[in-house]
Amino acid sequence: MPLHLKRLLLTGVVIVSLFLLLKHALTPDSFGQYGHYRGNSMGEIAALPIHFTGNKSCESCHDTIVTMKNEGYHSDLACEGCHGAGYLHIKNPKTEKLIKPNSREFCGKCHSINPARPEKAITQQNIKDHHPEDKCVKCHNPHQP
Amino acid sequence: MTEKKTSLSRRNFLRNAGVTAGTLVATSTLPSFNAVLFAAVKRNTKGPWYGIAIDIEKCIGCGTCAKTCKIENNVPQEPFFFRSWVEQYTIRKDGSLKVESPNGGIDGFTQSVPADQIEKTFFVPKMCNHCAKSPCVQVCPVGATYETEEGIVLVDEKYCIGCKYCIQACPYGCRYFHPDKHVADKCTLCFHRIKKGLNPACMDNCPTKARISGDLNDPESAISKFIRTKNVYVLKPHLNTGSKLYYNALNQEVR
Amino acid sequence: MNPEFEHLYQALSKVDGFIYPNEIELSWSILIVLYPFITGLVAGAFILASLERVFNVKSLRPTYVIALLTSFAFLLVATMPLIFHLGQPLRAWEIMMTPHLTSAMAIFGFVYLWYLMIVLLLEIWFDYRYDLVLWARESTGVKKWLYKALALGSDDISPKSVKLDQKLGYIVTVIGIPSAFLLHGYVGFIFGSIKANPWWSTVMMPIIFLFSAMVSGIALVMLLFIIINKVRKQKIDMLCLDTIAKYLFYIIIIDFTMESLDQIHRFYEAEESFEIIQLLISGHLNFTLLVMQVGIGMFLPLTTLGILQFYKPAEKVRQLLYFITGVLVLIGIFFMRWNVVIGGQLFSKSFLGFTSFKLSLIGPEGFLMASIWLIVPFFILAFLLWLFPPWKKTEMEH
Repeated sequence: MPLHLKRLLLTGVVIVSLFLLLKHALTPDSFGQYGHYRGNSMGEIAALPIHFTGNKSCESCHDTIVTMKNEGYHSDLACEGCHGAGYLHIKNPKTEKLIKPNSREFCGKCHSINPARPEKAITQQNIKDHHPEDKCVKCHNPHQP
Repeated sequence: MTEKKTSLSRRNFLRNAGVTAGTLVATSTLPSFNAVLFAAVKRNTKGPWYGIAIDIEKCIGCGTCAKTCKIENNVPQEPFFFRSWVEQYTIRKDGSLKVESPNGGIDGFTQSVPADQIEKTFFVPKMCNHCAKSPCVQVCPVGATYETEEGIVLVDEKYCIGCKYCIQACPYGCRYFHPDKHVADKCTLCFHRIKKGLNPACMDNCPTKARISGDLNDPESAISKFIRTKNVYVLKPHLNTGSKLYYNALNQEVR
Repeated sequence: MNPEFEHLYQALSKVDGFIYPNEIELSWSILIVLYPFITGLVAGAFILASLERVFNVKSLRPTYVIALLTSFAFLLVATMPLIFHLGQPLRAWEIMMTPHLTSAMAIFGFVYLWYLMIVLLLEIWFDYRYDLVLWARESTGVKKWLYKALALGSDDISPKSVKLDQKLGYIVTVIGIPSAFLLHGYVGFIFGSIKANPWWSTVMMPIIFLFSAMVSGIALVMLLFIIINKVRKQKIDMLCLDTIAKYLFYIIIIDFTMESLDQIHRFYEAEESFEIIQLLISGHLNFTLLVMQVGIGMFLPLTTLGILQFYKPAEKVRQLLYFITGVLVLIGIFFMRWNVVIGGQLFSKSFLGFTSFKLSLIGPEGFLMASIWLIVPFFILAFLLWLFPPWKKTEMEH
């Protein structure tokens, strides 16, 4: 075999070995553990913090209000559905306050008349005509509507 | 004459019975056919195999799911990035269709078609279908998006190269390109909550409990019962994505 | 309002009908238009070179080396638009280290490398090795060392080893033809395999990409052949130019047939996506598709080349006509890529509406950046022509 072909082959071998070496060095450790992906990534996603802490965490302080809510029409509702995520509030209840939405528009997101809302599923009201000068919460206690 | 007819029909009966019995024996060895689950054949995993069910008859279009999702998963607030959103379909009396999803439904819906023109209207919440044969997983060139053993499709944000091929491949528009992380992003079915024994945030906060998720492997789970007892349908079944998001009372107009 | 999202708010106000809320921004922009365009030029130019060598079309001899070097120059740039469109360009190596074998895009990395390293580099090397050794002997300074290094330090130009080079070069070319088909067919497959997108998802896509690649590559080499000879003040070999034009004519006919077949099939079957695609063609793509791609890029060249097959005006006129035709064809193929890539993202996968696209001037996905990636290969080619002048090569019998 002529010299230049030998050297060409050698170049090829060097390139391929370099590639294999790089592949070995650069493939993450947990890659292929479960499938063609980085196994550790699942743990990283699982470890993300939660924001909505659930009704149980509200109950431990606001038990009367939660009980009141659970006895009324809004029993199925999650506290944080209206009040927002509680993860900061449960750590620092004094400084981190949750929202108390009380606008007519907010109630209207569920209760304004919309033909797409199944009648059986939800009480609906024409929020333009129904006591337009007042806030809904003036008459309806959201925890016992 | 009568006798002949009787014997003939008897022979027919015997033959038919034989064919039926044969077919029964042959097919009893196969897993039972279920038109919906056919798209997403159950996996033989030891653990759970997650699916989602949404009851359109219960959805009131309040958008709490979409709003909750953005907070729980730090999804950018701008109206171009959604892991979960709600659409309103309105079929007018003249047969034309209007679909809308202002800010993904987060700010609620106002009826835009006059009531007297409406033939039919309903809300359709959308989210990742966590397909069993995910087109997005298939096309990822590096293995940065994958399906876990539990049937949940995830994105590895430390490994994604941001080629956006998966966004192109998802038939449901469930993926977006994260403007700060510069990688593809999507619904994780709140993997971080499921692993802590909680429900996905959108399901916990849904005021009418219109959406549930759970183990398809467990015949007693709420979702298995839902699929069994209701007339469920998946989106774009002709694409054979093995979608595991089952809708009750889905109209064929919905895409 | 965050200025980062200003263009998205603008796009939001222009949404026509209903689109999924995540579909406002196009995922793939001008850089991904360039990617199939540039790879197409690579494959097309190579196929022209192999016409001479494998299919023994002797009159194309003067274009052989130009075609190879053109192919090489563009191949070096082909991955740049791809890498720069990534959200995480620094992670691009992952596609080679952990390729996901079900992904059309992952395999592209290997097809590309195979084509670059095994086919093009080797073919050029075998073709040039004799001259590299000679030039290493004649030159001085840096150039001498460069030639010597490229010849891998070997000084062997005995008739025996030169003959072996010729033989190996021939084998590489023969392997190269299916590789060129593979390279560009593959680019078509990347789009054609997306079942979510009816504008892309057609089995014809790889074939259409392949033939349009040949059209653009041949047109480019034809243009370069005219330009290089004009710059060097050489008389243009008209037999060669006429032959290139003849092949260009044939391939455009095939390309036109394939593309028409695809569209006719789409219209006749008129599936679920038919209405939205009809609106796409008559609305958002009417200029780029009907005027630029079909009118300017196909009908005009086809007519001109067709007439020139029967009627041969004076050489000067023919040269001018070939030059104009070459430019028109390249514009047409560019818009063909545009219509595939951009067009395929303008309509919603809900088939109920459209988003809009506005090409920005600056930025990594802007017009200027894209122009750079189109101009750079020509500079590389000029450098290659200076370093390895085909006209100083020893003429060898293939």
